[in-house]
Amino acid sequence: MNIAMLLEMAAEGDPERVVLGPRAGGTTATELLDRSRRAALYIQKSGARTVGYFGLNSDALPVALFGAALAGVPFSPVNYRAPDEQLQGILARIEGGLMIADEDEVARLGACGASHVVTKGEFLAAVDELASDAAASGGAEFPFVDPEEIGVLLFTSGTTSEPKAAVLRHRHLVSYIISSVEFLGCGPDEAQLICVPPYHIAGIAAVLSSLYAGRRIMYLPAFDAAEWVRLAVDEHITHAMVVPTMLGRILDAAEAAGVTLSTLRHLSYGGGRMPTELVERTLRDMPHVDLVNAYGLTETSSTIAMLTPDEHREAFASDDPAVRGRLASVGRPLPSLEVEVRGEDDAVLGVGEKGEIWVRGEQVAGEYVGNSVLTEDGWFRTRDAGWFDAEGFLYVDGRLDDVIVRGSENLSPGEIEDVLMAHPAVAEAAVIGIPDAEWGEAVAAVVVLHPGAAADEDELQTWVRQRLRSTKMPAVIEFRPELPYSPTGKLLRRVLRDELSAGGPAQRRD
Amino acid sequence: MGIQLKAGLRLRSATDACEVVVVKAPAEPVDLRCGGHAFLPTDAEAAPQNIEAGFDGGTQLGKRYADDDLGLELLCTKPGEGAISVGETVLPVKGAKPLPASD
Repeated sequence: MNIAMLLEMAAEGDPERVVLGPRAGGTTATELLDRSRRAALYIQKSGARTVGYFGLNSDALPVALFGAALAGVPFSPVNYRAPDEQLQGILARIEGGLMIADEDEVARLGACGASHVVTKGEFLAAVDELASDAAASGGAEFPFVDPEEIGVLLFTSGTTSEPKAAVLRHRHLVSYIISSVEFLGCGPDEAQLICVPPYHIAGIAAVLSSLYAGRRIMYLPAFDAAEWVRLAVDEHITHAMVVPTMLGRILDAAEAAGVTLSTLRHLSYGGGRMPTELVERTLRDMPHVDLVNAYGLTETSSTIAMLTPDEHREAFASDDPAVRGRLASVGRPLPSLEVEVRGEDDAVLGVGEKGEIWVRGEQVAGEYVGNSVLTEDGWFRTRDAGWFDAEGFLYVDGRLDDVIVRGSENLSPGEIEDVLMAHPAVAEAAVIGIPDAEWGEAVAAVVVLHPGAAADEDELQTWVRQRLRSTKMPAVIEFRPELPYSPTGKLLRRVLRDELSAGGPAQRRD
Repeated sequence: MGIQLKAGLRLRSATDACEVVVVKAPAEPVDLRCGGHAFLPTDAEAAPQNIEAGFDGGTQLGKRYADDDLGLELLCTKPGEGAISVGETVLPVKGAKPLPASD
């Protein structure tokens, strides 16, 4: 039971189905399995103890992923945007690894300490040169891969600290797929456009779930909204997953190109807080598209809760604020999991009470290299703040580490950001804590206004004070043309904190 | 009588083309059969057996077969004509409402 078994099943179930690449001339399930088996032989011969992947999305990714699984070594896609210093640290931790890289990254990898680097082109050429005995033998010479072995090693984004190496064992990934995806549940016309980077858990999960569902994978090497729209139209894309920063740009690009994305049926989003306004715009502009809000973490093998298409439509059509408000929720936990919100003494909290989100289930790994952080009875503390409503919908308020401690009061940035973004002039808002001589921390906001819109600090402060307690009113509001995001759509609060704190303690105005 | 199971263990039917992988295994050995005859390790050499009457419901690729009380779950990786049973009790398909795609 390793992740390559999912590919073997796909090849068994519909051998000739095109599973990777363009509609015309793409790779069939049988061809992908054959290539992956040869990749496994290549990896075995290389003596690699880990297979790293360093570069943009490409058809080499699934081959390397399944090749590594068949050979019984971990696969580790590394963030190619990591600065040299961070990259050196990561490479030191995957010592003995074979790095499969974009050609223009080879020199940098070498300089940062990688000893064994091949380009994607060299890797695929070497794989294709191997005799196809491996394919003919049905993979009998590959080792038995225990489900306990490491399938994927992901360095988490580290928006607040150094990256940690999250361990996903084969059993976690396989459990996630077989419990949440219907085997070959898709028609042969379905196609998924993958635009999240390969080092993101959603990039890995998308390969596994698309393949198991029988949905053709089409890669967009690096995100570009106009290119996304072009591919979606040309390749009859039916499914995609996007992070918050991508969605608005896609809608704008579709509008600019004058296309309706008529083949698109299903769009899931996650990886960060999606402005409700943008969800509403998508529901309005593309009523033919099913929306799914997915909440998950690297440590949980991707999705643990989702707001379904029907729940989106029901909320959008409702005048009841509690139902309408669900557009900001991440929906209900997957049936195969348990999710609880717990307080500071670890006791389970009731409806509407805010605390930390805990999760338990077979897909939950909760482990970093050398260190499992699961409780004795298998619970993983997500470090995300959240709460359940009376109907069991989960709301995520952001990272606990981002909570602002002002005096003795804990303030959640998400709540203040939502109120700011509800102001008609505000497009984006980030709320952070900055050092304050009197209160320890003060609330600061960085705001991006809609093009052509106007609002000043006083107006927005009054707006917040009228809707929340006065202690939640930002002491300072800075206006900027844009907010800093990671490529996977995560707001880089640490960057804002550093920048706003650099000038010394904030000037309070209360 | 029975086989000691372990998560990840792959088994083949003695009666048809069916193959399964063990997803969840009980601590005790299980009298696990396909088509009425004991499952075999995938590399075992054995003469093919006939499917017994009453054990001919078949298996479907990609379906899970489970006995929650036993703590047993199997995933069918190759289908066949025989039914999977623990002793004389045929295992049902683990029904799960398909979820919308999220990745």
